[in-house]
Amino acid sequence: MKREPVIDIAHLVTRFGDTVLHEDISLTIERGEVFAIAGASGCGKSTLLREMVMLMPPYAGRIRVLGHDIAHLSTAKAARLRRRWAMMFQGGALFSGLTVAENVALPLREHTDLTREDIDELAHIKIALAGLPADSANKYPRELSGGLKKRAALARAIALDPELLFLDEPSAGLDPLAASGLDELILSLKESLKLTIIIVTHDLDMLWRVTDRVAILGDKRVVGLGTMPALAESPHPLVREYFHGPRGRAVGVLHGNQG
Amino acid sequence: MPESSTANVGASVVLLEAGHRLVCGGDWSVHGIAGLRARLAKLSWGVSGELVIDFSQVTRLDTAGVWVLHHIEMDRVQHGQAVRVEGMHAQYATLRGLVESRAPQKIETLNAPAPGLLEALGRKAWHWFEQTRGMLHFMGENTVALLRALKSPRHLRFRHIFANIQQAGFDALPIVGLLSFLIGMVIAYQGAVQLARYGANIFIADLVGHATLRELAPMMVAIIVAGRSGSAYAAQIGTMKVTEEIDALRTMGVSPLELLVLPKLIALMITLPLLTVFADFTGVLGGMLVASTQLDVDIYTFLDRFDDAIKASTFLFGVGKAPVFALIIALVGCYSGFQARGSADSVGRQTTVSVVQSIFLIIIADAIFSIVASATNLGWK
Repeated sequence: MKREPVIDIAHLVTRFGDTVLHEDISLTIERGEVFAIAGASGCGKSTLLREMVMLMPPYAGRIRVLGHDIAHLSTAKAARLRRRWAMMFQGGALFSGLTVAENVALPLREHTDLTREDIDELAHIKIALAGLPADSANKYPRELSGGLKKRAALARAIALDPELLFLDEPSAGLDPLAASGLDELILSLKESLKLTIIIVTHDLDMLWRVTDRVAILGDKRVVGLGTMPALAESPHPLVREYFHGPRGRAVGVLHGNQG
Repeated sequence: MPESSTANVGASVVLLEAGHRLVCGGDWSVHGIAGLRARLAKLSWGVSGELVIDFSQVTRLDTAGVWVLHHIEMDRVQHGQAVRVEGMHAQYATLRGLVESRAPQKIETLNAPAPGLLEALGRKAWHWFEQTRGMLHFMGENTVALLRALKSPRHLRFRHIFANIQQAGFDALPIVGLLSFLIGMVIAYQGAVQLARYGANIFIADLVGHATLRELAPMMVAIIVAGRSGSAYAAQIGTMKVTEEIDALRTMGVSPLELLVLPKLIALMITLPLLTVFADFTGVLGGMLVASTQLDVDIYTFLDRFDDAIKASTFLFGVGKAPVFALIIALVGCYSGFQARGSADSVGRQTTVSVVQSIFLIIIADAIFSIVASATNLGWK
């Protein structure tokens, strides 16, 4: 497959008032890869994600997504670009007044000219693709368990077959079984829908199982970038701390890496 | 001639070789397939033999396109044709497999049949019965909480009470003052025409005084506060309910009633009479202004007559209604909030319900006051 960067971040700076969160971050994400952004809590992982999807402008630096510099886009172009990606929020952000099927149908209804029947059927396919049981389609988000809620949020995110899928802490709040189910789902969606997936997570299990490359944020910059086995060998103290803490070591051993 | 059906944008299909070869092209993504299934249905398909579906000219393909293809296949197989797909990129194989295995057989929708008239009536009646019972239950719980709080005043949370007095009372002074001033003027204007016709100008003081002090000031204040604060109570408690904050309080052993309802209730019971006095004042001021400009009744004459015509009991009757209205606003507002269930919609609905119900109940209560007053001459002597 042709190598072209779908996301290209150069010299990004993020500040909140006097607090500097990111200081000169540069990253390139290739098409078709599962890229994760990891790091300790509060290191600005989610903020970086929010900047990529135009929910927040960076203080300085350039972000190019799918070939567009997102800082200089007309409203119409920005709207068109937004349709090419989708985001799954940490809490799911499902619309609580709508059923799961209606939640999934909403982007289809807003952005396509399909008939009601077509939309209903497509929504049900997406729900099935996300691994939800058929009877959850007509349930409201509050009636679903945490794991099913995440799957419903994922179903809504893939409603329009986006090229890019952003996942913010997909496994947060899930039991290990549900989390590993989600790992497999992400992999199978990547395989079948040819998605580029950007994950923000601190779940080491997910990092080992799902990702192609990982960027580790720490100390306001990217302290490690590469595949998981390569990162596990990294001499950088922050990366070592991340991988060789008690939990990191256990997970690493589990995935056949002695560190 | 081949029969064709194409569109400039989006997916195109051409049926060739007497219905044995379907050439597909264009954008077979979710943005391109609008109307495609209708167009497909109109094609004159072959009746037997093999159908070859040629996908080599398709520029974009996604789940939606694969799903349409799946429908064509199913349809043709049902009509006894064999189907073969050509020219599809190998990368779509997994997606095809997934869609084929996951396509829903039958879609259940939520459209329950609309209930009949009798059932609707019954449900409505039951709903109202439940609401009333719930409201009474809520009142009872609050009474118990209040009694317990009075026994040990530490539970009264004065900080919350004062904050609520500030929000519901002090912050409402400008709007209450302005509105009752204008209402006072309107009453005086309406009365002025009639009174001037009989040369009874001086009775403008009676008219403005009785109307404002007995009815309009307490009502206006109650309606403004129901709209301003009652709705805010419902929205606040409703949101807390939806986000499980109420449950969090319960697990900490903090009574939500004591923390969220009692301070509001007590604050409104104090605030509403005070606001009513303020509205009395500005309302009469408005009437007085109109009297002096339109009826040549100057301020001294007006106040002289006002003193004769309006008894202290009239004033007290009006102010006395205020705590009852306060009780209605606080209880209905908070109760509506606690009724919110699980969604943003429900919070919105409960907020509306709180305002509608409290204004409804305020007017009912006011009517009862009027009937009792006229039967017992209360506030007229």
